[in-house]
Amino acid sequence: MLNYTLRRLMFTIPTLLLISFIIFLILDLAPNDPTGNLPLTIPPEVREKIRQSLGLDAPMYIRYLLWSQQFFINEPLNLLNQWFGWCIGDCEGRLRVSSWATRSPVVDLIAERMPQTLWVVGMSYVVGILIAVPIGVISAYKQYSWFDQIGTFIAMIGFSVPTFFTGVLLIVIFSVWVPNDSFFWLPSIYDTTLEVVDWDSFMLQVRQMIMPVMVLGLFNAAQISRFMRASMLDNLSQDYVRTARAKGLKEKTVLLVHVLRNSMIPVVTVIALGIPQIFGGAIITEQIFKVNGLGQLLIIGIQGADIPLVQTLTFLFAVLIVLFNLIADVLYGLLDPRIRYE
Amino acid sequence: MKLKHLIAGMLGAAMLSTTAMAQEERGRDGNVNVIYWQAASILNPYLSGGTKDIDASSMVIEPLARYDENGNMVPVLAAEIPTAGNGGVSEDLTSITWKLKEGVTWSDGTAFTAADVVFTAEYCMNPDGGCQQLSKFGDVESVEAVDDLTVKITFSVPKPFPYGPFVGSTTPVIQAAQFAECTGEAAPTCTEQNFGPIGTGPFVVTEFRANDAISLEANSNFREAGKPAFATLTFKGGGDAASAARSVLETGEFDYAWNLQIAPEILADMEAKGIGTVVSGFGPLVERLMVNQTDPDPALGDGRSTVANPHPFLSDLNVRKALSLAIDRPLLVEIGYGKAGNVTCNVLPSPAIYNSPNNAGCEVQDIAGANALLDEAGWVRGADGVREKDGVRLSILYQTSTNAVRQDFQALIKQWWAEIGVETELKNIDAAVFFGGDQSSPDTFQKFFADIEMYANTFDGTDPEAYMGNWACSEIPSPDNAWLGGNMPRFCDPAYDALLAEMAGTADINERARLAIAMNDMLMQNYIMIPLVHRGNVSARANTLEGVKLNVWDSQLWNVADWSRAN
Repeated sequence: MLNYTLRRLMFTIPTLLLISFIIFLILDLAPNDPTGNLPLTIPPEVREKIRQSLGLDAPMYIRYLLWSQQFFINEPLNLLNQWFGWCIGDCEGRLRVSSWATRSPVVDLIAERMPQTLWVVGMSYVVGILIAVPIGVISAYKQYSWFDQIGTFIAMIGFSVPTFFTGVLLIVIFSVWVPNDSFFWLPSIYDTTLEVVDWDSFMLQVRQMIMPVMVLGLFNAAQISRFMRASMLDNLSQDYVRTARAKGLKEKTVLLVHVLRNSMIPVVTVIALGIPQIFGGAIITEQIFKVNGLGQLLIIGIQGADIPLVQTLTFLFAVLIVLFNLIADVLYGLLDPRIRYE
Repeated sequence: MKLKHLIAGMLGAAMLSTTAMAQEERGRDGNVNVIYWQAASILNPYLSGGTKDIDASSMVIEPLARYDENGNMVPVLAAEIPTAGNGGVSEDLTSITWKLKEGVTWSDGTAFTAADVVFTAEYCMNPDGGCQQLSKFGDVESVEAVDDLTVKITFSVPKPFPYGPFVGSTTPVIQAAQFAECTGEAAPTCTEQNFGPIGTGPFVVTEFRANDAISLEANSNFREAGKPAFATLTFKGGGDAASAARSVLETGEFDYAWNLQIAPEILADMEAKGIGTVVSGFGPLVERLMVNQTDPDPALGDGRSTVANPHPFLSDLNVRKALSLAIDRPLLVEIGYGKAGNVTCNVLPSPAIYNSPNNAGCEVQDIAGANALLDEAGWVRGADGVREKDGVRLSILYQTSTNAVRQDFQALIKQWWAEIGVETELKNIDAAVFFGGDQSSPDTFQKFFADIEMYANTFDGTDPEAYMGNWACSEIPSPDNAWLGGNMPRFCDPAYDALLAEMAGTADINERARLAIAMNDMLMQNYIMIPLVHRGNVSARANTLEGVKLNVWDSQLWNVADWSRAN
């Protein structure tokens, strides 16, 4: 198992290098220009100088090597310096990957946005799982009952109604229709500057998280509950379930210990594979509620042709996807003794 | 709740009657929330041309003078506006001398001096800095401090309008002490300075979250007593125009929302809730059609859209005029902009003094007249209803950027042109590509590989000289100048260039207006550009927010120091 994991880890290095190059190539070939969104009152000569100051006049491979050096060497060294105070080489003058729009290090921008993305999108994932697992179990156990029908219907809605619709609908109900001074009123705009220091600010934080978390949670729950239900149904008709019942075990034990545990194996994999999406943020939901997390950072970068930012973010997503694929595979082996990697 | 209000009201009244001074205290009105749906990326206008960044920074750093809501110059850090009359502008128009206000301090308490102004000029004019406001410093030869409170700017050529540098929020003064290590190539690396400039303005940055939100607090060293009225200000970014409008007009979470370009009827519905007000103002922004005078035929290869190849049919004045006559401008305004648009027959409709009275009448659509004009000029309808003459068909490729309103306009205009026997193919291009300068892309507005293109253009400040200069012969984009230049229609007339040269040597404002009107008329009467809509800026404010004066000539937050909460 350890051997297998190490081998897989070794293999990710060339994979990721190739991915980083492909991302760079795609971004470079896209017909986009960082000065394209500037007001027309800025004359073309000045635009040309701006492009030069961003290093856009260098050939493509030089720019790629520069980014690679900044990202693979300088940024880790900088992290060591920030976290442990270890200083290797030139700590002050080291060139870091910098965004063209904000002129600040991309990694700092990402770190600044991580909390709200993890809180909102991560929480919605947890909420989604907490809703989905019981619904899936009951739906499967009482297949075609009214509960199953309703569960299927809700999952259908959550799956097919886009978040830009449910999000705006919730805003219209809870922010516009409900009066401002009502207990049920919820803010439509997420305040990222809010610091949780006491009970009141904690409640404010909870209130402003309710709508985005619910919108995303419904979507996640819809997906996972269907997997859960299908997996349970597969197991319920297995021989070992009949054996367990024949032994006289309580129905609760049969369902929650025997069937649920076995049914969780594929679901856990699905959940693990979905985790990188949390870090990717939820572009649309973040825009609607102005959560301004990683998803919004990415979309602003794309709109403004902020290539270093887009490159770094998409590459980090690629790293997470590769890693969580590996984790899912390893988890599968750990949970299911029948599967062994050699 | 009501009792609480009553008590608060009584307390307030009591305080008002006993101590009038308490009412005027700085920071008395708590917090104010401002939403810009485009988030601010940086607070240094020299490293960003984006309006959102310039507006956000205008609360912190200030220029020597700025424009008020009527387009008049008002001194900010200067004691007065230098003119030829008060001796501030030299007789040969090559230098301007600014006297600074006495006793102004930076928010860190140190004195503001002429050295800071000189430093700022050097900062922007440094060739390695990538300064985005460099054009404001055009023809500046030197900027020197005569004494602590006097700055002299010398130009290499006579400048009849010498108010480029340090006028308006695009060129504020930054603190020399703070930015000393940030000149030239180091400019973009100074993240801390660019995110939190020390300024002379009413607010100080407490937290800057790039592309997200800015927290500011009142500047305790601000030169005007009792201002700003708000102790803190939150500048939030992100989302879209509709949700920004909703947060002010419907949910009441925010007090001011910027640039609300959404369907007019939606905005009116939101305003009907009664907690906020839509405000609009008109600058020189005009949505127009550019009429290509050169042939964009792909078969011409490198000679495509260059002056060597005149356009096969748009070089005929009658065709251009007919295209303009067929357009129903009031309908375009109603559909696309509502309160935020007016019909215009000029490409230079504002400030009022430059608005030509000679082109009225374009607001009436005249399909019959357009048809008659084309018949007379010998353009005959073929079997498919499209006019042609000598084998040339009136078939137009009409391009613009991707934008819902622009695509509506395209569809309407295509229909009207079909009625006069002109065939139209529509094309829309992503704004970042269309307005971008990517040399390898064939779809930029400079290359203009189409017959007609539509977009809006404007100018900074109130002086149209540089703007009218866009249509000089020398400004024609071509492969020789890497497609740089603002003369998209490829219009070239020595008489126009002569008027421009005359304007460059004229200081008298009325005489300048006469010249600008003459140039506007030349462009309009030759139908080089076909103006469609005079577009305004639309913002919204909460009814409890007082002191907002929408300014189209400068930052919308120009008078944030005067904002206060209604009782």
